[in-house]
Amino acid sequence: MLKNVHFGPSVLPFLLVLPQIVVTLVFFIWPASQALYQSVLIEDPFGLKTEFVWFKNFEELFQDPLYWSSFEITVVFSFLVAFLSMSFALLLALFADRVIKGTGVYRTLLIWPYAVAPVTAGALWVFMFNPTLGVVSYALSALGYDWNHQLSGSEAMALVVMASAWKQVAYNFLFFLAGLQSIPRSLIEAAAIDGAGPGRRTIDIILPLLSPTTFFLLVINIVYAFFETFGVIHAVTAGGPAGATNTLVYKVFNDGFVGLDLGGSAAQSVILMIIVIGLTVAQFKYIEKKVAY
Amino acid sequence: MARVILEGLRKTYPNGFKAIHGVDVTIEEGEFLVLVGPSGCGKSTLLRMIAGLESITEGQLRIGDRVVNNLEPSERDIAMVFQNYALYPHMSVYKNMAYGLKIMGLPKSEIEERVKKAAAILELTDEQLTRKPRQLSGGQRQRVAMGRAIVREPSVFLFDEPLSNLDAKLRVQMRLEIKSLQANLGITSIYVTHDQVEAMTLGQRLMVLNAGNVEQLGTPIELYQKPASLFVAGFIGSPAMNFAEAKIDETGENITISGQAALPLGNGGMPEYSNKNVILGVRPEHLELVADDPDAVPMTVAMVEQLGADTLVHGHFGESRSNLTVRLDGIRNVKSGEVLAIRVTPDHLHIFDPDSERRLEGN
Amino acid sequence: MVENRPLLTFFSHIMLILGVVMIAFPIWIMFVAASHPETRMTQVPLPLLPGGFFFENLDIALNKGLSGQSGEGVARMLFNSLLMALMIAVGKIVISLLSAFAIVYFRFPFRMFFFWMIFITLMLPVEVRILPTYEVVANLGMLDSYWGLSIPLIASATATFMFRQVFLTIPDELLEAARIDGAGPMRFFWDILVPMSRTNIAALFVILFIYGWNQYLWPLLITSEPQMYTVVMGIKQMLEAAEQAPEWNVIMMTALLAMLPPICVVIFMQSLFVRGLTETEK
Repeated sequence: MLKNVHFGPSVLPFLLVLPQIVVTLVFFIWPASQALYQSVLIEDPFGLKTEFVWFKNFEELFQDPLYWSSFEITVVFSFLVAFLSMSFALLLALFADRVIKGTGVYRTLLIWPYAVAPVTAGALWVFMFNPTLGVVSYALSALGYDWNHQLSGSEAMALVVMASAWKQVAYNFLFFLAGLQSIPRSLIEAAAIDGAGPGRRTIDIILPLLSPTTFFLLVINIVYAFFETFGVIHAVTAGGPAGATNTLVYKVFNDGFVGLDLGGSAAQSVILMIIVIGLTVAQFKYIEKKVAY
Repeated sequence: MARVILEGLRKTYPNGFKAIHGVDVTIEEGEFLVLVGPSGCGKSTLLRMIAGLESITEGQLRIGDRVVNNLEPSERDIAMVFQNYALYPHMSVYKNMAYGLKIMGLPKSEIEERVKKAAAILELTDEQLTRKPRQLSGGQRQRVAMGRAIVREPSVFLFDEPLSNLDAKLRVQMRLEIKSLQANLGITSIYVTHDQVEAMTLGQRLMVLNAGNVEQLGTPIELYQKPASLFVAGFIGSPAMNFAEAKIDETGENITISGQAALPLGNGGMPEYSNKNVILGVRPEHLELVADDPDAVPMTVAMVEQLGADTLVHGHFGESRSNLTVRLDGIRNVKSGEVLAIRVTPDHLHIFDPDSERRLEGN
Repeated sequence: MVENRPLLTFFSHIMLILGVVMIAFPIWIMFVAASHPETRMTQVPLPLLPGGFFFENLDIALNKGLSGQSGEGVARMLFNSLLMALMIAVGKIVISLLSAFAIVYFRFPFRMFFFWMIFITLMLPVEVRILPTYEVVANLGMLDSYWGLSIPLIASATATFMFRQVFLTIPDELLEAARIDGAGPMRFFWDILVPMSRTNIAALFVILFIYGWNQYLWPLLITSEPQMYTVVMGIKQMLEAAEQAPEWNVIMMTALLAMLPPICVVIFMQSLFVRGLTETEK
């Protein structure tokens, strides 16, 4: 934490932490406390008077079927994104770890979607699946399937899941590959001498040893799906059709900026904060676990 | 060059731990003083107090005519060589040596002159000066660390176990180099080590520290011949001194070991300590094998180590359990289970008080 | 691998190539669309191979934009994105370096309090405090400014933690040697700590540049003047316009321009990128 050897007392350390502390206070702590404060107020539409209402905003929220459906949508969406991108990445990582030549080339070719902005990713997928023009929807209609994510809620969900997962494969692949490469060769060789073939070794040895990485990635992917896919959704479906892809973060934005419901939006923010805190704690549990290994 | 005077130096850490219990010593101009002791004895702390890297809780530290207690390390006119060299990894060897001079604000030409001079003394080539520390071997890094100290032209050199990261052969070579370098430059030096051989060969005087206390201060030979305490006796010399519980007889002329054999004390004996229980110490190299001697004591051999130049015989004194090691010259044909007759001359007996653990001397 | 199974290795390569094709397919489609004239982009089926209209599209995207819109190209947006990404990356690195230095190398009152305050920012991503943060920035008069785009995003617990980790691995003796050499705290910081952390700084820069470049929600909230739009916002705007008159060739060219800088960073600084990703997640 602190060096054994350190500089003597002076005002210098205060000056050094000052910029970060000021930014943190002004743009993080203060707004967050404002969100807490506003979540227990109701403001009239003209902002003329506010009323302290305890947990009424939360009560309303919890009685609102739209909020619950948004919650459900977020959970389904996060699970699908995490599952799809992680399993695809794991599969590719297992193969990439197997081939001796070309691992680096495959890595280069697989990691760059990480650099694509969520909105851009959304634009690419919405173009490919454009109901009248898109190459994929054209191919689907040739196969007899009529794709239209502007009308079908489940197709809209599928599209945002694919676009979000596509972007996240790179990250997962990188960490899975690093995890695989850190498994000691001798363990694999010992299993081979015990007579386990490649498939068996993967199930019996490699996957269990990879479980800390998997857990870590699961948390990261859920955080990603919860918070960082705003751009994808905004570009692809804007929460629609009929709220089918209206995730919690999207709803905060929509209710607050478009609907101007300050109290309700603040209450949603507070719930999101609690979720982030939970996920951060889970992530730190992972670090402890890693230390114990 | 300067005299370094420590007066009642004490160190207490904020958590209450007392690291140094009061050290008084005057280190003369150009002297080479070695601080030696086991790990945790406070020798490094004391050195770092002199360097200014640890604060001084009590007492006065003078370098030259100045009291330096509250001066920054860079203002104390010292230079230090660290155990792990502490070379700046991103700077070339030249820049490492020049860095302190640059901060002092010396002109470029003088910096270059001093670095070149130090490099010549240490036999570092121009090519090596352009390298990064990680491209050098351990011995070369050691030289660079010394070079960084030399260019400062300080009044005092401080060495913190500088050879402990080197392999045995290089250590012996660097030991000799440090010794001749110090002799040539004539700069007052304080050197910390836990290795008693290094301490004996390098130091003009040795200060043995134990748990923050000064056990003894003296020349290497004084420490060897007249160790002031059990601790010093056990610490200096290899293999370590043999100890046994013993008793001085009524006359004060003989000493009895475990109620068995009696040895004459010689030199008029120690009548003032008659009938006293003591601890007797004898160095392994001072025990001789004799064929037929009335004063000889029997030793049962348990194990023999043949080192070529000499032979170490481990065993028990007589039938007792007290261990005994004897060092014999050359190759000897001794087998375990054998009983040897051994003898020691009175001059080589060391007698200690079992309570105070200090040395007892006859008048 | 342990045993030699050529067939399995061959199969692995096939699967990997398939994977790469799947990952690359959307980018390929985008590239193809960006190389055809507008007229071709309205005929079903759309082409799967590149056409010869690439540079014309590039010119349109950079300088003219969509027809029927303001007539401004995305050149200005690219500049805004670049400036914002650089300000965020540099800002985060500077304030994190300074605060990590203070926390690791000084003992001072409220040290742990500051540390925890920085830590808390981990739990408050911009998405959960959208409205109140917007209000703060509005009250400070920073809407539609480069400061407003960057400063609220530059507090970073991850960067501070990473530098703290790096500093803790630097041996104490270096500080002692520097003190004997007469270097004060800031001199030590500049001459020793910063140069010794330069690979970590570079790795972090790569990650933060991409992070800054790809920001979307925040610029969307605080900019209302087209002069301040970033390029990722531009894409979204074009998508909205595309519902009436699709000019997919221009949209895809813009998407290409928007992703080119971060992709180049990832590919050409791959080792730094990988290092940055793995180190900030520790």
